[in-house]
Amino acid sequence: MKQEPITIEDFKEFFSKIVRIRTIEQAIAERYHAQEMKCPMHLSIGQEGPAVAISMQLNASDRMLSTHRSHAHYLAKGGNLNMMISEFFGRETGCSGGMGGSMHLIDKSCGFEGATAIVGNTIPIAAGVALSQKLSRTKNITVVCFGEGATEEGVFSETLNIASVKNLPLIFFVENNGYSVYSPLSPRQSSNRHITKISEAHGIKSLKGNGNNIEEALAISSEAVKYVRKKRKPCLIELETYRYLEHCGPNNDDHIGYRTKKEIDFWKSYDVISNAKKAIKELGVSPDSLEKLIQENTKEEIDNAFREATLAPFPKIERSISYEYA
Amino acid sequence: MNMLNKNSVKELKQNKRINNFADGIAAAFFDSMRYDPTVLAFGLGATDPKNIFGTMAGLEDEFGNERVFDTPISENAMTGMAIGLAISGYKPVLTHQRLDFSLLSIDQIVNAAAKWYFMFGGQQSVPLVIRMIIGQGWGQGPTHSQALQSWFAQIPGLKVIMPAFPKDGYNLFRSSIADPNPVIFIEHRWLHQMSWNGEGRVVSPTQLGKSNRVSTGSDITIVSNSIGSVYSHHAANILKKYNVGVEVIDAFNLRDFDINSISKSVAKTGRLLTVDFSHQFCSIGTEIIAQVLPLNFAELKIAPERIALPNFPVGTSFNIEKDFYFSTIDICKKIESMLNVTFPNIDDELKEYQSSSKKRFDGPF
Ligand SMILES: Cc1ncc(C[n+]2csc(CCOP(=O)(O)OP(=O)(O)O)c2C)c(N)n1
Repeated sequence: MKQEPITIEDFKEFFSKIVRIRTIEQAIAERYHAQEMKCPMHLSIGQEGPAVAISMQLNASDRMLSTHRSHAHYLAKGGNLNMMISEFFGRETGCSGGMGGSMHLIDKSCGFEGATAIVGNTIPIAAGVALSQKLSRTKNITVVCFGEGATEEGVFSETLNIASVKNLPLIFFVENNGYSVYSPLSPRQSSNRHITKISEAHGIKSLKGNGNNIEEALAISSEAVKYVRKKRKPCLIELETYRYLEHCGPNNDDHIGYRTKKEIDFWKSYDVISNAKKAIKELGVSPDSLEKLIQENTKEEIDNAFREATLAPFPKIERSISYEYA
Repeated sequence: MNMLNKNSVKELKQNKRINNFADGIAAAFFDSMRYDPTVLAFGLGATDPKNIFGTMAGLEDEFGNERVFDTPISENAMTGMAIGLAISGYKPVLTHQRLDFSLLSIDQIVNAAAKWYFMFGGQQSVPLVIRMIIGQGWGQGPTHSQALQSWFAQIPGLKVIMPAFPKDGYNLFRSSIADPNPVIFIEHRWLHQMSWNGEGRVVSPTQLGKSNRVSTGSDITIVSNSIGSVYSHHAANILKKYNVGVEVIDAFNLRDFDINSISKSVAKTGRLLTVDFSHQFCSIGTEIIAQVLPLNFAELKIAPERIALPNFPVGTSFNIEKDFYFSTIDICKKIESMLNVTFPNIDDELKEYQSSSKKRFDGPF
């Protein structure tokens, strides 16, 4: 399919969005220590690129589902920041009414249909969402985001198969950060195993690239979305990226030694924000003032969201009872 | 209730005549899909020549292969897909030929379907029905005959329905499809052959109920479900000849049985027997007794008892099966011992019953 060139506006949008998400995630990490956000927190710092690249190709009627590590997806898709922060604080005003926490985000108003905490859990659900789009003859598509770890679950292969059988307008969006908690790939996946070959073997168009590389992430995402929208067939994207903090929690855990210094240094030198800055500079625009502006605006947004969250009421147990059945 | 008149029945133009419970399920599918275009029906073998024991016969022809379809052998993905459809405006019905096969989809059932409405703060319900069929006999053995209703009944967010009688099967299935929550709908395979002519089909389903009193009596209360309710009803009829009044409450809604009616009945009879087609350990019968005891402790004349299946798997051999399962006869004998009486010539009575009931529930499957 013919690809349109990426414009300077695309680059700026991408840059602004990753800076906003990182600023938010860093603020969450900083404030997590106050122990008021009492829920497990899988931050996306370092992994903002893929989330933004794919979301930029989508509209509010396209739908997205995700996993335990979903803040970047939720925000990139347009999820409400205040409701997300309130959810972390376990407040009634949270996006899940305080029932879900960081691992169960939802904002149906922007097509973020839900993120759940069991690895692989939303993959087949996304197939159902995509089938509903097919049955109701819309032009919209569904994206399901998950880590490379989830491709080890049987339901991943099951869903590739049904998506191909039924020609679902579905993008399998794999962020490969090389780790499941502390476990590297080596005990989990054969070095001869290629995720894109698994999907290709199911007859699914598959694209792979580096998610911290702005050109690659945008080009692949755009190609995939155009393909799925037009052909009404599934596609798989695998983008390599890296998480900077511990698997779950606000801290850096580089001292534990499950990741080599060499590897960490490589990825930090290949940071998506620095890469994006470089790309923008090459186009003759200075990214620094834009970065500063985004950071300032975001800080205001964050302060607002945290203030609102801390003032909001806690849900009472009666609410839980009322959510048992519709 | 808005009964179908002759014309609308004709309008429903189901090719097949309704003769039994299985046809009734097909009719319920038909009527639900006819009046609600968001209802979808799929499952492994749904459109094959056997159509899940005939319970999905004619659906694909009538509603097309977008709404009725066969699936890969991927229970977990199919359940997830059903959930995705359910949160997107559809009402999917997923059918498993055996309950045992659904065990590969426990993640989707328990972690997704049952939790979705709750974990997102009541924003999105999951109107989904998962049909599971319990096998029995003809050597179904340890992995093709499990009755695990207690598992599902323990999960908040799921409704668990086990119909007994064909007309209830039709109505409860209609109500389950219309319900906004995930419903596990469990059919004992033998019930499929129970006759029903389809009288009483309706345009719109009613809300899911809790239980039905299917026999009245003042000597003992039986609370039962599924095929256990059929046996209990038969037992109640047999024992009428001995002037024993058996009150049978078919508690088909397993998580939401009508404890008030049950308690009232026990207050009247002073005796409680539960009949639950599952392993006895942690069974529904156990839960019913636990709930009744504090309510009716003073009125109980004797300790409540349970009839259930043994706490080990069923072996395949015919000789083992016949000792493993309970039937009407065991219920009559249990009542005899609970009332501390002797029913004269009961064995002849039961022999006669046995020979006539054999025709109702026969293999192979
Ligand atoms: C079925 C299941 N098994 C184990 C876990 C515990 N767990 C939570 S996140 C995670 C790692 C998943 O790795 P990946 O899918 O690559 O995502 P990442 O955390 O790297 O973003 C594990 C094992 C879980 N939540 N669900």
